[in-house]
Amino acid sequence: MASFDVIVLGGGPAGYICAIRSAQLGMSTAVVEQEKLGGVCVNIGCIPTKALLHSAYIAGLLKESKEFGVEASGVKTDYGVAMKRSRRVSDQNSKGVEFLMKKHKITVVKGTGVVQPGKKVKVGSDVYEAKKAVVIATGSRVKGIPQIGLEINKTTVISSDEALLLERVPESLAIIGAGAVGMEFADIFQAFGVKITLIEALPRILPIEDAEASDTLAKSYRKRGIDVIAGAKVTKAAVGKDKVTLDIEAGGEKKQVTAAAVLMAAGRAVNTENIGLKECGIQLTDRGFIKVDQNLQTTAPGYYAIGDVVGPPMLAHKGFREGSVVAEIIAGQKPHAIKYDNVPSVTYCHPEVASIGLTEDQCKEKKLDYVAGRFPFSANGRARGTGETEGFVKILRDKKYGEILGAHIVGAHASEMIHELAVARENEYTVEEIDLAIHAHPTMSEAIGEAALDSLGRVLHI
Amino acid sequence: MATKVHMEALSPTMEEGRLVKWTKHEGDAVKSGDTLAEVETDKAIMELVARADGQLIKVVVPEGSTVPVGNVVAWIGKPGEKVDGDGAVAPAAKSAPATPAKAPPAPQPTTAPTASIAPADATRVKASPLAKRIAREAGVDLKLVQGSGPGGRVIKRDVEGAPVAKTTAAAPAAVPRATPDVRRTGVPYEDVPLTQIRKTIAKRLAASIGPVPHFFLTTEIDMERAAEAREALNKQLDEEGGKISFNDIIIKAVALALVRHRACNAWFQEDHIRYWNEVHIGMAVAIEDGLITPVIRNADMKSLREIGAEARDLAGKARSRRLKPEEYTGSTFSVSNLGMFDIDQFTAVINPPEAGIVAIGTIMPKAVPDGDRVSVRKRLRVTMSCDHRVIDGATGAAFLKTLKQMLENPLAMLL
Repeated sequence: MASFDVIVLGGGPAGYICAIRSAQLGMSTAVVEQEKLGGVCVNIGCIPTKALLHSAYIAGLLKESKEFGVEASGVKTDYGVAMKRSRRVSDQNSKGVEFLMKKHKITVVKGTGVVQPGKKVKVGSDVYEAKKAVVIATGSRVKGIPQIGLEINKTTVISSDEALLLERVPESLAIIGAGAVGMEFADIFQAFGVKITLIEALPRILPIEDAEASDTLAKSYRKRGIDVIAGAKVTKAAVGKDKVTLDIEAGGEKKQVTAAAVLMAAGRAVNTENIGLKECGIQLTDRGFIKVDQNLQTTAPGYYAIGDVVGPPMLAHKGFREGSVVAEIIAGQKPHAIKYDNVPSVTYCHPEVASIGLTEDQCKEKKLDYVAGRFPFSANGRARGTGETEGFVKILRDKKYGEILGAHIVGAHASEMIHELAVARENEYTVEEIDLAIHAHPTMSEAIGEAALDSLGRVLHI
Repeated sequence: MATKVHMEALSPTMEEGRLVKWTKHEGDAVKSGDTLAEVETDKAIMELVARADGQLIKVVVPEGSTVPVGNVVAWIGKPGEKVDGDGAVAPAAKSAPATPAKAPPAPQPTTAPTASIAPADATRVKASPLAKRIAREAGVDLKLVQGSGPGGRVIKRDVEGAPVAKTTAAAPAAVPRATPDVRRTGVPYEDVPLTQIRKTIAKRLAASIGPVPHFFLTTEIDMERAAEAREALNKQLDEEGGKISFNDIIIKAVALALVRHRACNAWFQEDHIRYWNEVHIGMAVAIEDGLITPVIRNADMKSLREIGAEARDLAGKARSRRLKPEEYTGSTFSVSNLGMFDIDQFTAVINPPEAGIVAIGTIMPKAVPDGDRVSVRKRLRVTMSCDHRVIDGATGAAFLKTLKQMLENPLAMLL
């Protein structure tokens, strides 16, 4: 029986980073993966959608290029071409992960792993033994809503898995769920000429973001012709051969939406079935996630769990950090605890939405004494230059000490800019340190310094 | 490269150490963790251990010399390796045997004996900007705060006192006196923030009589029944060996009384009071040139016999100056007994950060009214010193009353 110090179940972001960090710490390591390395993120999630969103961005840019003195005539979009490019990007990334496994002398076992008592993992007919720990990083998958007749059938009712592999776009698309996934696909398909209806059950789109971010995006989407329906309940779905009809109740009104296809973007299910958890004494929480302690150890000693399977936020970068931290714990180190309230959240639609910490509503709920500082990109020189004036930076600070309670950016490159605030919060900088750091001019990031100043009542450029 | 062996801070308050004896000599092979020398600190004789593998290639400080913490005392290197000059990096090390060096050179950042979080330079405090602001407004001295951030950096939760910060939002912190009992909850202690009135009391009383505002409570305890119990127990033990002393009975009674009065089993911690859920009794022991208080841990949970054996063992070690730091730190309350010196009663000085100490006098026969007659009984005067910032008069009195009841009716200790 082959044995390793650490065996990781799942080669997604949490799993492969855990393997690399384990190897760096001198532990012999194996990763068990049934599909391609890189998991959902690399193959059917983060990475290919970013490629498609850039295609959408170019399409949008060309529509407005005349204003910039560049006339592009005869512009045509072809989703099939964009899709194939996104596949190449995914494959490159997956190969990149394969290379990283080789570089760190990590054994990759192809197949479906099942954990067994005694820190063993069974793959097919082979059994592998872990000397130090088994790490479960089996991730999550898309799910439909069978209760209302919306079971994913891969033709008229699809998930992001299918949407990423379409050769041709449908004429019209109803998207159920306006979280990050729904928002991004609405952006992509709208740019490729699809008539979009975006349906969200909660009172506003991007429900976990600050209400001002939701409002800005709802306005921007409606301006582009996307039908945005929030606070909507799908009461019935009639799934036909080439169309789906949805009965919707929103704001006391009943409505019917018909589309060539429905994209399910409401929630994910964790992969905890048939991997031997019960037999090993690994318990789940009430909500179905794997139960772990502070050290990410499950209820069975020697078995750890990381990434989506241990619960939200289901984000690759949260999985990365858990993977790295758990490897250090297994190696006997005492890494710094993960600050789950300082995980940035990003939606890569246009304009982008990025945030960290509390929303303004959460500050109110917690009865915190806070001050909000804002700065719109319409007053930012760089944004005017590029014509990307949609959006704002908003910083919520503690009134007494200036602690940055939360920060919200809507606008081009928001995903890149949020990290100034992540570093600030991690190091407990206050809004004053944000202001003291000199921001280059002209940049979009100046808006962060200005929002900090605004919270202090000293904004300069408005 | 040869590695320096520094005089290390072997006790929290040690500033210099006297090199009593080299246990390894030049040319000896040493491994990390080996004892190199015995060093006399301000409290005890401790072992200086190697922090590197190799050969002890040079001894810089002769036996009997006193050197400041941080100075080089020896070198560990490869066999044959040379060190420059006489190897003494700090000038005061060699030329000042026995006498403490004047103006000791700034201690070099030493490899601390344990993974100490204290900054090498005590004047500079690593703290986040947010922690600094909160500390400034709250009047907290950052030098006194232990940092839990990277490299011991003081962060917000250290200044606020993490366990408290979370509960305050939900419900006001429980008033300590509402649940005064020590409860073994698994958590060794509970930090309760100072209320405004407590803060004012602390400030005003400290300004009045020095940093620890003492007050004293005296009571006289009838020891007849304790003496009978002791005699009976010792008769029983005669065959098995070992003896119970009055001191053992008093320590046990104090510990049990503290369990019922957690308000007295506490440490004053500048911005909060630490109420201990464990009872560790410090026992003042006179030694040749001073005194030291070894600790009987969890004394409330130990039998009289265990307390007796431990007290004798610790007192012996204290007199031969062989106590380890963990044997004389961490007490939650202390007992000072001068009974054997024929002292009627006295007041003991509190051992900070503890909030109280009881001073035990001599048990002596006295004429006391007994109904309408006078009888002669064994009586003991006990005086409790209280830190008024933590303990108020009535609180201390309630504790003493329990202690008195226990000693006057020793069977109560079995309850």
